[in-house]
Amino acid sequence: MSARNRELLTLFLAGLVASSAFASAWLSDVAEIDYGWLPWAGILGGIFVVAHLVARWTVPEADPTLLPLTALISAIGLTFVYRLDPQDGRRQLVWVAVGVLAFALVLFWLRFDYRVLERYKYVFGVSAIVLLMLPSIPGLGERVNGVRLWVEVGPLRFQPGEIAKIFLVIFLAGYLRDKREALARGRLKDFGPLLAIWGGAMLVLVQTSDLGSALLNFGIFLAMLYAATGRLSYVVAGLVLFAGGATVLYDSLSRVQQRVTVWLEPWTDEKVYCSLNGALEYRQNCDSYQLVKSLYSIANGGYGGTGIGKGTFQTVDGTQLIPYLQTDFIYSAIAQELGLIGAAAVLLLFLALVARGMRVALVAHDGFSKLLAAGLAFGFALQTFIIVGGVLRIVPLTGITLPFVSYGGSSVVSNFVMLALLMLVSHRAVRTAPT
Amino acid sequence: MNRQLTRVGWVAMALIVALVVGTTYWQTWARPGLAARQDNEIQRVAEFQIRRGLILAPTRVLARNRPQQRRGKTLYFRKYPQGRLAAHVVGYSTVSRSRAGLEKSLNGTLTGTERGLADLVERQLNDLRGKPIVGDTVVTTLDLRAQRVALEQLGRTCGAVAAIDPRSGKLLVMASSPSYDPNLVESRFSEIGRITADCRPAAPLVNRASQGLYPPGSIFKVVTASAALETNRFAPDSIFTDPGYCIAYGKRVNNFDTSSPFGRLSLATALQYSVNSVFCNIGKALGAKRILEQSRKFGFYERPPLETPDGERYPSGLYRGGELWFPTRDSDVDAGRMAFGQERMLVTPLQMAMVAGGIGNAGIVMRPYVVEKVVSPRGKTVSRTGRERLDRAVGPVNARDIGDMMVRAVEAGTGTAARIPGFRVGGKTGTAETGVAGRNTTWFIAFAGRPGERPSVAIAVALERQSLTGGATAAPIARAVMEAILIPAGNP
Repeated sequence: MSARNRELLTLFLAGLVASSAFASAWLSDVAEIDYGWLPWAGILGGIFVVAHLVARWTVPEADPTLLPLTALISAIGLTFVYRLDPQDGRRQLVWVAVGVLAFALVLFWLRFDYRVLERYKYVFGVSAIVLLMLPSIPGLGERVNGVRLWVEVGPLRFQPGEIAKIFLVIFLAGYLRDKREALARGRLKDFGPLLAIWGGAMLVLVQTSDLGSALLNFGIFLAMLYAATGRLSYVVAGLVLFAGGATVLYDSLSRVQQRVTVWLEPWTDEKVYCSLNGALEYRQNCDSYQLVKSLYSIANGGYGGTGIGKGTFQTVDGTQLIPYLQTDFIYSAIAQELGLIGAAAVLLLFLALVARGMRVALVAHDGFSKLLAAGLAFGFALQTFIIVGGVLRIVPLTGITLPFVSYGGSSVVSNFVMLALLMLVSHRAVRTAPT
Repeated sequence: MNRQLTRVGWVAMALIVALVVGTTYWQTWARPGLAARQDNEIQRVAEFQIRRGLILAPTRVLARNRPQQRRGKTLYFRKYPQGRLAAHVVGYSTVSRSRAGLEKSLNGTLTGTERGLADLVERQLNDLRGKPIVGDTVVTTLDLRAQRVALEQLGRTCGAVAAIDPRSGKLLVMASSPSYDPNLVESRFSEIGRITADCRPAAPLVNRASQGLYPPGSIFKVVTASAALETNRFAPDSIFTDPGYCIAYGKRVNNFDTSSPFGRLSLATALQYSVNSVFCNIGKALGAKRILEQSRKFGFYERPPLETPDGERYPSGLYRGGELWFPTRDSDVDAGRMAFGQERMLVTPLQMAMVAGGIGNAGIVMRPYVVEKVVSPRGKTVSRTGRERLDRAVGPVNARDIGDMMVRAVEAGTGTAARIPGFRVGGKTGTAETGVAGRNTTWFIAFAGRPGERPSVAIAVALERQSLTGGATAAPIARAVMEAILIPAGNP
């Protein structure tokens, strides 16, 4: 069976799982069984069939599991966004469609050879820095929840950080392929641009107070640096530098400080300073309120979960328990309603996606392709780890999105672009394989 | 480069696996701990999704459910049809102020969480079918007619009435005044704070019948008399000389009425007319510890066993610095004053009803209970409270003798206001003076039944801030409540 036929078959299976999930979310809300969920399943299914057809035309040899995995993850995300807020669910469906459109455009545009990107690596590098800086430009950036992440242009609000991440991976793939021998030998002057990246990461961190994306971008950078040079000492040095920089800046980053405190000690037995209103309060009722309520939500799931649509996200009098549930905290909704079995299954979907992405890197022939695929795949993994790990109190909580799942346009669209790049690399690796 | 890529791949996958481990931790190991946390509102919602069992007096509903639809969930809130009538026993179950009374102490039963393994399967099935969990119904022993009489009689007076069936320990009346409407607790709590009565603070939420610690005054003489007879140091016909006062620790302690000393009189007569000096001398002769040991047999120094929450029942006994205190040496306590109910002795109406009941029931104190039985949603009786002996307080002969003295006190002594034609009533009055006029605590404890039969009711009435005696204030209330219990509705 050809790769695309396998993809279509797997997509069909993913569609069955996703449809039943969405149907149960839909039916939990209505008194009698109806078929209002069918149009949703149909539209989402249609969107991914279109994605499949575009792939069939542009990248027929690409890995057949990437698209079905993404489709299933997106469908689960959409189900939960819809279940938590039907209005947001409708918008998320539109964003998935836009994301697939972007996916199709990237495939179409780069269908002959994506390696042209390598030529413009410095353009991507500079653009990445500029994009990361955009939110801190006065008048353009908007501070949401204490973090400057958004840029507002007219009616549109988007997170340039999401796009910057892709540009950064492209730049690093091109730059590191170019300089990997020199870097491996340890020639000092080649470290200039890398130190610049480190400085940029620190600067962005200070400007936006967003530890999450700083950590994500720097983590991707270190992974690609290691892949290119094979020098573990660079990774260690990078981590020391980042930790050192963060420590030096720690005192001036009250928000990061607060996040670390909350992470180390979410519950207090006596009242402590509350950064929200300046009064004395139990920390679980103030700074760590969100994290603690989210942990209660996860714990309530147990092994089997409450079932989709049957979880508890409101208090007895109907007020929302966890702020930012659809975006940063969607995992705690998933964990409550699907339980350990379901949440682990969702994580395994991510694991499969990351593993297949890494496999693409392994089978690619040239350095640029390998580094690009590895950077993208590792990016998925690290981003998932940072947000879900934050929700699970493995690392300090930083507000970034769960790829393909969290509610949010920029995130969904940029993740589909990353998927398109992975499939392009995969297609080329098979097409040009020496037989 | 593939070697490095493989390693990066392993790291990437390890990151995701760490998330699976983390999820497992929170959903298995940490789960019970988090579920038990106070601020876990998810558990609160889960509790209100349970259709709690009813609380019934034998024929009336005391607590039922009021289902409400909220965001696709059915939540069950409580409604108390009898309002303030049995508020202190039933308590309340609310979102805003948690729980009290039987709603608190029997929460497990009412939410059906204490049922056996056999029901577990059915519960899971019901859960799958989307049916709510239904709790067990609790049937109480309360006599609502008598309860209503008690509250009406108390009126604006602060105080309490506790009545039990001494033969079984069944709690028949537990009235505390002022009472409150438990329906107001959820969202109109401030109205409860505005309740006024003839005392300040009115403290309507306090169950004075089991939480009210009052100086007993002369009703404690029943305990002293029991100790006197049980130690065989005295007999009912032991003769004393009453000079109208008694010297205790160098201080003169007067009788209630010092104008006419009784002269030579028996112990029986002393109880009948509540002569302080006689009991003062008995106390001095016995010593405090012996009397306190006797009080223990009636249940002092323990929270009276009842199904209401522990925190809503206080033990009776000597208190020092707000703490229950049992003296190590006789000389620590002024036994003479204690013998007639002064000296840091504090008692609850429930405990004193148990004392009266013990005397009436041939010396045996039965374990009080308010839950008659627990019935499953299908109508099957899950459990039934059996009568249980708490202790033998006094021997049967001594119990009969003291009982006879109490009967004489009602027939021709201090408690004549409690006489009920056609019934044998034995009682003891008490007036605990605070030294300020109009601030006395007055008491009446009694047992009553058909002549020739074991008494079927024992009662204690305590009233705050009184200017008259127990015989004038508390005895009529006791009489009215006992009549309501003894004479069934419809009979003249």
